[in-house]
Amino acid sequence: MQELEIRTPRRHPLTLPRGGALAGTLTSLAALVLFNLVATPHFTSLQTLYVNLTQVTTIVIVAVGMTMVIATGGIDLSVGSLMAISGALAPLIFARDLLGVGPGPLADALAFVVPVLVAMGFGGFNGWLVARFRIQPIVATLVLFIAGRGIAQVMTNGNLQAFHNDAFHALGLGRVLGVPIQVWLMAAVVAVATWVIGRTLYGRQLLAVGGNEAAARLAGLPVARIKILVYAISGLLSGIAGLIVIAINSSSDANLVGLGMELDAIAAVAVGGTALTGGRASIIGTLLGALIIQLLRYTLLSHGIPDAAALVVKAAVILVAVYIQQIRRAS
Amino acid sequence: MTSLTDTIAVGPSRHAALLQRQGVVVALVLLILFGAWRYDDFIGLYNVMSVLRYNAMFALVALGMGFVIMTGGIDLSVGATAALASVVSAGVSDIGLGAGLAVGIAAGLAVGLLNGLVIAWAKLPPFVTTLATMLAARGLALLISGNQSVSVSWDTSFTDLGGGDFLGFPIPAWIAAIAFVLGSVLLNFTGFGRAVLAVGGNEEAARLMGLPVARTKVLVYVLTGGLAGLAGVILAAQFGAGQPTEGQGWELFAIAAVVVGGTLLTGGMGSVGFTLAGTMLLGLIFNILNFENGKGEFTLSAYWQSVIRGAFLLLVVLLQNRLARRPG
Repeated sequence: MQELEIRTPRRHPLTLPRGGALAGTLTSLAALVLFNLVATPHFTSLQTLYVNLTQVTTIVIVAVGMTMVIATGGIDLSVGSLMAISGALAPLIFARDLLGVGPGPLADALAFVVPVLVAMGFGGFNGWLVARFRIQPIVATLVLFIAGRGIAQVMTNGNLQAFHNDAFHALGLGRVLGVPIQVWLMAAVVAVATWVIGRTLYGRQLLAVGGNEAAARLAGLPVARIKILVYAISGLLSGIAGLIVIAINSSSDANLVGLGMELDAIAAVAVGGTALTGGRASIIGTLLGALIIQLLRYTLLSHGIPDAAALVVKAAVILVAVYIQQIRRAS
Repeated sequence: MTSLTDTIAVGPSRHAALLQRQGVVVALVLLILFGAWRYDDFIGLYNVMSVLRYNAMFALVALGMGFVIMTGGIDLSVGATAALASVVSAGVSDIGLGAGLAVGIAAGLAVGLLNGLVIAWAKLPPFVTTLATMLAARGLALLISGNQSVSVSWDTSFTDLGGGDFLGFPIPAWIAAIAFVLGSVLLNFTGFGRAVLAVGGNEEAARLMGLPVARTKVLVYVLTGGLAGLAGVILAAQFGAGQPTEGQGWELFAIAAVVVGGTLLTGGMGSVGFTLAGTMLLGLIFNILNFENGKGEFTLSAYWQSVIRGAFLLLVVLLQNRLARRPG
């Protein structure tokens, strides 16, 4: 099966299809930046940049996985709950010695690796339901959306776990070359995902499954394996995002970690120009989409507009962005 | 409640569709038998009434969601719409029950109309559209209420809507029961119902047959919005306050209830009665957990509720999957 080369028709399946759609997203972002340069005091400070970047990292990381899932024609509602599971598990390992290795570097290392692998496993379970039982993705991932947060709450009894841990402190607040570590992590995730989708066999298979599943199956693609892997990837990225959230807060609250993340991620994907019908994926678009939503919120807040009103504006932006893309696609 | 055998199927075979739904009935009967066997007061008047009273608003939301899903759409905005309706109806509750109902339902209809127009005329995907209006409705609810709950007036009959009885039966349950009967009639005996299923089954074919596709879609979202608004008014009346932050996750609960009731998310088929059974099933899980804790043999924290609900959703979906695939 490995030597099979898949060509999606006409368009080269690179991550920057349709220059037009991306240009629109870029223009909106540029307009927002320009407005802030003129109207928002202290906008050009590094402080502002980092505030915005750190707030957007977890959304971007989760939204990258969501983009890949959506490219196969699926959706993943469980991301926020998986974040909660991973966020609940890590302190149990390094502070409560869940794995029985005693405190120390080994426990810290396991606290990074095990929760992410567990989240990946749950993601794989989502994929298994979708691929083997042909359960619709909304329903299949709804199971863990409902049960996943419950699992995290049961693990921690619903208590807030406050902690002090140097390794997690570094992930939350540390910097390398003056840039927050989590921002490096986000950049790495975006770069790898862009490469996977644009340059690897798996990337092409993803798009082929999303573009026309029956055709992909007839062409001999291992559709089930492709799908299970993509949900596992989404779970893995959710797991990483969960760790970042608890690292920033120096505490883990299973009731709150990742709450509503599925909708933020889907909104970023939609604004970024990836059609929810599958067959296409623009990782860069998703990054820009997340940045637009974040910057918009920042702009409104820094001009004294309450968060509630920002929600209404966010809604309008999502609708307008998707509408414009739709017109573009039709023409 | 499962005697409403409104089994209409367009698209997948009638037989397979019927099998799809037996999962929920089997699970519901087993759950009720288990509860009656294990707990003394489970079938008692008080418990039955309070389960009905509390689950009525969820049932209303699920009823609307069922209609939307039958057209092949989805409505994520119902929870936020209910919150918005609860806030505005609580705000006018000092005028009276009628005003509260009118304003709350009107708010729901307005959100639904917006959803319907954007989906039917601008042709945006329902998922994205209702995701956006969910944010907007939530934002409006928070803005209007100033981020806090809005007390209702206890001087008018407004609170009777939540806590009152009529002929020994909770008023919210009466409302839900009437809504389900009307919904069943609407789906099975009217042109609108046939159009809903036809649009969901094959939109292009429905268009070619000359059915008013756009109007059907708009109406379906308006209907769902109105029901979510009504649920919001009941919420305010039941809890004595409009709750701008309530209703989070209602949309997914409603989707789960509809799916457990055997309606496929692809549209074109579905049942009102089985949606009710799905709602009751998910609601009863909470009730049974309460009883189990009351028994005191071992305590399950409230957090187990969502784990068990998720497991039940999984179980029923897998069961339906098996039943539907069995040849015959």
